[in-house]
Amino acid sequence: MKIVVAIKQVPARDSQLRIASSGKWIEEADLTYEINEPDAYALEEGLQLKEKHGGEVVALCAGPARAAQTIREALAKGADRAIHIEEDQGALDSLATARLLAAALASEAPDLILTGLQSDDLGYGQTGVILAELLGLPHATIIMQVEKQEGGIRVKRELEDGWFQHVEMPLPALLTIQSGISKLRYATLMGIKKAKTKEVRRVTAAELASGAGGGTDVTLERVYLPERTKRTQLFEGSPKEAAAKLVEKLKFEARVL
Amino acid sequence: MSILAVMEQRAGAWNRMSFETLAAAQQMAQELGTTAGAAVLGQGISGLAGELASRQLAQVYAVEHALLKDYTPDGYALALRQLLAAAKPSMVLFPHTYQVRDFLPKLATSLHRVAVSDAIGHRVDGGQIVLVRQLFQGKVNVDVRFAGDAPHFASLQAGAWRADRLVDGSAPIEQFAPEIAAAQIRTRPLDLFRESQRAVDLGAAEIIVSVGRGIKEAENIPLIQKLAEALGAELAASRPICDAGWLPMERQVGSSGQTVAPKMYMAIGISGAIQHLVGMKGSRIVVAINKDPNAPIFEVADYGIVGDLFQVVPELIEAIAKAK
Ligand SMILES: Cc1cc2nc3c(=O)[nH]c(=O)nc-3n(C[C@H](O)[C@H](O)[C@H](O)COP(=O)(O)OP(=O)(O)OC[C@H]3O[C@@H](n4cnc5c(N)ncnc54)[C@H](O)[C@@H]3O)c2cc1C
Ligand SMILES: Nc1ncnc2c1ncn2[C@@H]1O[C@H](COP(=O)(O)O)[C@@H](O)[C@H]1O
Repeated sequence: MKIVVAIKQVPARDSQLRIASSGKWIEEADLTYEINEPDAYALEEGLQLKEKHGGEVVALCAGPARAAQTIREALAKGADRAIHIEEDQGALDSLATARLLAAALASEAPDLILTGLQSDDLGYGQTGVILAELLGLPHATIIMQVEKQEGGIRVKRELEDGWFQHVEMPLPALLTIQSGISKLRYATLMGIKKAKTKEVRRVTAAELASGAGGGTDVTLERVYLPERTKRTQLFEGSPKEAAAKLVEKLKFEARVL
Repeated sequence: MSILAVMEQRAGAWNRMSFETLAAAQQMAQELGTTAGAAVLGQGISGLAGELASRQLAQVYAVEHALLKDYTPDGYALALRQLLAAAKPSMVLFPHTYQVRDFLPKLATSLHRVAVSDAIGHRVDGGQIVLVRQLFQGKVNVDVRFAGDAPHFASLQAGAWRADRLVDGSAPIEQFAPEIAAAQIRTRPLDLFRESQRAVDLGAAEIIVSVGRGIKEAENIPLIQKLAEALGAELAASRPICDAGWLPMERQVGSSGQTVAPKMYMAIGISGAIQHLVGMKGSRIVVAINKDPNAPIFEVADYGIVGDLFQVVPELIEAIAKAK
């Protein structure tokens, strides 16, 4: 099976975010970056499927030069090769991103494409499904299990409130993977060494965009910190003092102790 | 007609979030000086369409087909594309459910549009709708505006618009029969199921102490366990804790876990992403302990301590022991 995994590099989770002076995005200067969490699980699932059924795993990432680090980590974990779409604009809409990913896959013909279900930064939850539509593939979202079977695959979709559903579909297909589908592996020293020799195909967004088709339909006008509307009683002082005040309130005001 | 709410049902039962979407459609229609309508898809849905007809709407569409009995993204996208071509709404609203996540991006793409997903608010500016959505799991907001031609698509976050604002009235029902062939549906949906029975019923707990990724490592979970014991509380967690196997799945609170409403919910090292909040917002008292003063969990907290949980929690255990 030839499996493509779309991975995105996003600001590390505990980053302190500041709004950029343009008001259009966040200040990127002092941030550190990591792989988008569900994408790490998508990669893991791709690697496990390859181990079971053979084939290759190709990591696909659109992002600026710094994304090379995340791509290297995917190669170190076991991806066979990678495609890096060099893209500097950031904060594209989901259709523009999916068009780039689709154009980069024009010569690939994968059996299965895996994406994360949602990015931690933009949080559209759309790019995978759009990519499937652009490539004319069937898809399923929020996947917690993938089994190969005669003539295709059988997947387990997560639904609300602890419900699940099995869905069968032919290949090629696209799945968006949910965090927790399996345990993540670490890169081995051997893997890290090998990664250096693996192929990374670089293409620029401009090269792809000519064939990728046009314009954007939704504009990001202004990025800002949300105004807090709830009045939380915050307890200050040393941890001991704060804890004592909280317990007093819980006992005498909220009466829950 | 101009703003269409697409309602969600499964096996004849509404997804309640649909009514928030319907209320939003009414509200936006009023603000823009246009009308609202609603559509429901499925098989044997005349009863559901009838319920919609008691609301103040210009039109109710009952989109019926045998191949819409069970949800598939291909079937729903095909049917809706035909409905939109006939009804020509300027805006189409959906509840941001797992099902809508599954087909809305496909539908919008097939019409060369970009849907705005998971909106949390709106305002009218220059005769246009501006939608607010969240970035970075609720830490940052962004205003977005539709630049291209109608129809515009958006899905709305759970709890962001209020279903109790719905206006009653009466509306005509139009039967709409889309053309769908079995061969156009490429995925085969099988039965819905739940995993083996839940041993823990968090719904019955009066006090819940819930732990998130701020706990850093599995070895630190006993600290929170001690706090739960001191309070006589059930222990719960955010999703990443269960994903990592540090606590069993059945203790997960949120949209894909349990929904709880205890007398007190204490969130420790939990950021407050929407998928977590929907599972615990109904709690009577919410307490948050988090080192980040901007964490969205403080938006729903009654009491809070901004600080390092590893310093605060031991003190809290001691103070509780004294108070009891
Ligand atoms: C379709 C879908 C379904 C989902 N379902 C669920 C669900 O059912 N339940 C759920 O919980 N999530 C769910 N999620 C995931 C959700 O979006 C969040 O990723 C998750 O809730 C984050 O968990 P967290 O708050 O523990 O971790 P984080 O977001 O990483 O937050 C950790 C917090 O700990 C704080 N912290 C760190 N160190 C300390 C310290 N020393 N002292 C004090 N505070 C500290 C940080 O400031 C931060 O706020 C779902 C996501 C999707 C897309
Ligand atoms: N720039 C990108 N490069 C590679 N994959 C991406 C990119 N943006 C989004 N994706 C994939 O699409 C998924 C959903 O992203 P989003 O639609 O932004 O929530 C992510 O989990 C990734 O797998």
